Amino acid sequence: MSDQTPVLECRNLSISYYTRAGEIPAVVDFNLKLMPGESHGIVGESGCGKSTVALAIMQYMGKNGAIVGGELLFEGRDMRSMSPDELRKLRGSKIAMVYQEPMASLNPAMRIGDQLCEVPIYHDGVSEREAWQRSAEMLAKVRLPDPERIMNSFPHQISGGQQQRVVIAMALLSSPKLLLLDEPTTALDVTVEAGIVELIRDIADEFGTSMIYISHNLGLILETCDRLTVMYSGEAVEVGDIHDVFDEMRHPYTRGLFGSIPLPGADKNEHPLVAIPGQLPLPHERPKGCNFGPRCTFFRQGVCDTGRLRMHSVPGDDDHRVRCERFQEIDWERDLPKGEAKPPVESGDVVLSVDDMTKHYVIEESGFLIFGGEEKTVKANEHLNFSAREAETVAIVGESGCGKSTFAKVLMGLEDATAGQVKLGNVELGNLPVEKRDEKTISRLQMVFQNPFDTLNPSHTVGGQIARVIRKFGVAKTKEEVDEIVFRLLDIVKLPRDFAKRRPRQLSGGQKQRVGIARAFAGNPDVVIADEPVSALDVSVQAAVTDLLMDIQRENRTTLLFISHDLSVVRYLADRVVVMYLGQIMEQGTTEEIFSPPYHPYTEALLAAVPIADTSIEKRHIVLKGELPSPSNPPKGCPFSTRCQYMMPGKCDVEAPPIRAFGREGHEILCHLDPTELQEMEPVIKKKEEAA
Amino acid sequence: MAVSESIAAPGLVERLSAPKPAITLLLLMWVPLTIYVMFGAHQFVLLPAIPATILLYWVAFYNFRESSTAIIGLTLVFFWLLMAVSAPYLPLVDPNKPIAPFTLPFSEKRDIFFWLGTDFKGRDMLSRMIWGCQRVIVWGVTATFVAYVIGTLFGLIAGYLSGWWDEIISFLANVLLSFPVMVLFIVILNYLGPSGFNIVVAVTFASAPAIMRIVRGLTLDIKTRDYVYAAQTRGEHPFYIMVIELLPNVRGPIIVDACLRLGYTTVAITTLTFLGLGLQPPDPDWGLMIREAAKTAMLWKFSYMLLVPALSVSTLILGFNLMADGLREMSLKD
Repeated sequence: MSDQTPVLECRNLSISYYTRAGEIPAVVDFNLKLMPGESHGIVGESGCGKSTVALAIMQYMGKNGAIVGGELLFEGRDMRSMSPDELRKLRGSKIAMVYQEPMASLNPAMRIGDQLCEVPIYHDGVSEREAWQRSAEMLAKVRLPDPERIMNSFPHQISGGQQQRVVIAMALLSSPKLLLLDEPTTALDVTVEAGIVELIRDIADEFGTSMIYISHNLGLILETCDRLTVMYSGEAVEVGDIHDVFDEMRHPYTRGLFGSIPLPGADKNEHPLVAIPGQLPLPHERPKGCNFGPRCTFFRQGVCDTGRLRMHSVPGDDDHRVRCERFQEIDWERDLPKGEAKPPVESGDVVLSVDDMTKHYVIEESGFLIFGGEEKTVKANEHLNFSAREAETVAIVGESGCGKSTFAKVLMGLEDATAGQVKLGNVELGNLPVEKRDEKTISRLQMVFQNPFDTLNPSHTVGGQIARVIRKFGVAKTKEEVDEIVFRLLDIVKLPRDFAKRRPRQLSGGQKQRVGIARAFAGNPDVVIADEPVSALDVSVQAAVTDLLMDIQRENRTTLLFISHDLSVVRYLADRVVVMYLGQIMEQGTTEEIFSPPYHPYTEALLAAVPIADTSIEKRHIVLKGELPSPSNPPKGCPFSTRCQYMMPGKCDVEAPPIRAFGREGHEILCHLDPTELQEMEPVIKKKEEAA
Repeated sequence: MAVSESIAAPGLVERLSAPKPAITLLLLMWVPLTIYVMFGAHQFVLLPAIPATILLYWVAFYNFRESSTAIIGLTLVFFWLLMAVSAPYLPLVDPNKPIAPFTLPFSEKRDIFFWLGTDFKGRDMLSRMIWGCQRVIVWGVTATFVAYVIGTLFGLIAGYLSGWWDEIISFLANVLLSFPVMVLFIVILNYLGPSGFNIVVAVTFASAPAIMRIVRGLTLDIKTRDYVYAAQTRGEHPFYIMVIELLPNVRGPIIVDACLRLGYTTVAITTLTFLGLGLQPPDPDWGLMIREAAKTAMLWKFSYMLLVPALSVSTLILGFNLMADGLREMSLKD
């Protein structure tokens, strides 16, 4: 391997952006050596410079960015000295890139076939017919069913997962030497993601393409890459073979990252997550010396804050390099970060009960003038049955389109239930829109929203928005009292008190989400619905926000309905789990019951799809075929029958499945499979030793 | 600028840029001018407006110093604003007094030097030009403002409440938009009679539907944000959500559009006066000046009578448009 020319080599690469405030170093001293057929992962939180590296490799920095130092060699040739013409030839043919948003990477006004054909016509100068031929073959290779149909469709006519496959096919069409993948699955659902990840893994074997895989998800990197660079604040802090870095991490930041993601075994009571304190420094406010210094528990004055740090090789492993002055002094086995164990919370009486709740939307397909308006029913929620107790965390899990947001809307009174009951205490909510609810009922039920950038009104101060809730729900009347409560709430969510006067744009995503939590708890609610409250946040911030939510819940004995698609977070914090698919509950039970057999086949696939950043874990691979059916035209019989690997023709696709009950605590599975068959399922996640 | 900055205490301009002082300055300038022009109050009311205008120009200059486009626009607009508020205090001849007909610019007659000459009745062009800007500015801005209040209100209602509200409001807006603007103006003013207040009514009818559409579009986008859901789930009244949650966030694009629309309104008012449908003689007004000059300015020698008011209107409109461009430029930078 060593006598081959690396496909790509970055030597001491430094990249800066020029803004009104002056030069901002985005990436400093970046080294990377990529051998043919190798895939290299770059991991880091937002703002650490990982996308900048990708853009620099494409030499596509925009007007205000530039490589200010170092060398960038592609197959041994210096890319920095190439002419724009040479670069244009290189991009898209030798180097290809796949972006995060598939819809934004495809031209919505062109048929997919025409877009694909451009690549071979432009780069290889082949005839249109041959280009078409090649494109169709490539679509088949990325495992898209019926390539001819897809070639003739427009991008909006196919699903997100299919779009991303088309983008990957487009990137592969010119048989590139190097493929850059910038968060290619972040915008997709987990089960779709699993399919794309499998495809990416196979590409390396099949085409011998070298890959750079950029992601914030350590689990995905473990599944796809050979080597790994961990970046922090514009610097690579740890580089090495993926197993070395995962098993013997030698940088405090890497370890902090691992400490803050919920791996199997983490538990909110016994092994809480450990968040990295503080936040990422802004590029022009980086500290002297180690960028991670101010957040590091091993920081020592005089060692860590003197001048630039260099990369050191880990003794006994030349390939494993780390940017830390003290890594040899730290006892990596003993000084493992450990969260404080907390006593489990006893759940109380049932607070919220959902009884056979159904929500249908009627959509009128507009006909010509007054004629022929065909009515269509979208079954968003079908016969939901579950309950939540005081101080309990119930997770509602499912992919997009499963009806979890509709359920939240019915609960909050923004939509009416079509049938069935939703009871909060003894108040029936199903047909009580929010205007008709009294203040008491409204204040008992509050919500934490998903998108931190949307959750606060940009025009009002943070304090003002929290104060409004306090006044609205009559918690306090006078200005002094209200201010006092606002300050107390800010203390609880661990934000400085002077944030009350700030506007949302001066806050980071995690801070905004904390304010959102403070706002939700301002009216002393009994039930809080958290709709993916951490999914838009960075990993290290996620842990802090999750723990905050749990602490406040513990303190106030609030019932938490946690809506999420992320099973690792759910496993960590939920007491009970409800798995939804196409508006129906497929399985519900305690967290333990959900995460071990018997599984519903959908739960099984979901579990298998979640990437886990732990080398000691072995996982079965199940990739769901097909696409999520439209809720306006759901399959007959079992909604999951079209994608289920246990599908029994003549039964599952005809009859609605029965509810099978297991155990004593209400573990229910909606499936045609025989209870004994379900019982005999193998666990999806196993420790490696057990498997051996 | 350099002089005033060195005199002022450091940070004064920043302090004046805060919302409250800036709005106070704006009101100090605007309210006296409006009272003076609309209700013919004594010229004393304009005294506080003169320093307020100068301070406001300074504040605006400071805040828009990064966009040269905006600075040029501001300077043009504030030139006319300053002329408007200080007209009674400037050493000018009575604009309505006939002195010496057909005096050419830069010439002396009856011991008075006429910078811009006199018109066919012998009235001083310079004086008429300066006095004439008052009515155009006051009625133009008032009409635009009223159109915005009404358009924004209906836009918020149509966008936020949607359903039948939207159907009805959008239908009415479409009906109004289907008339050519001038036809609408002529119909309304013929019916109501020519006066300043009726111009406001006419401009409102012509502009509010377009404004309503802009606001409706912005509202449709913003109302799906989580903070609006948060307010809904708190059980807030729809009116509260519209005014407190939505309105501040549609402000940005509206202000840019308002600057452009000020330009259109100025054109409209001048055109109406030119057609004899707007403000009535003898008080000086640019549209009126153009109308009166139209006959005599056929002769090349007397074309200044037409050029002076025409260029005045152009500079004011150019000022508004450049300001709009500058504002948009600034909003894109952040």
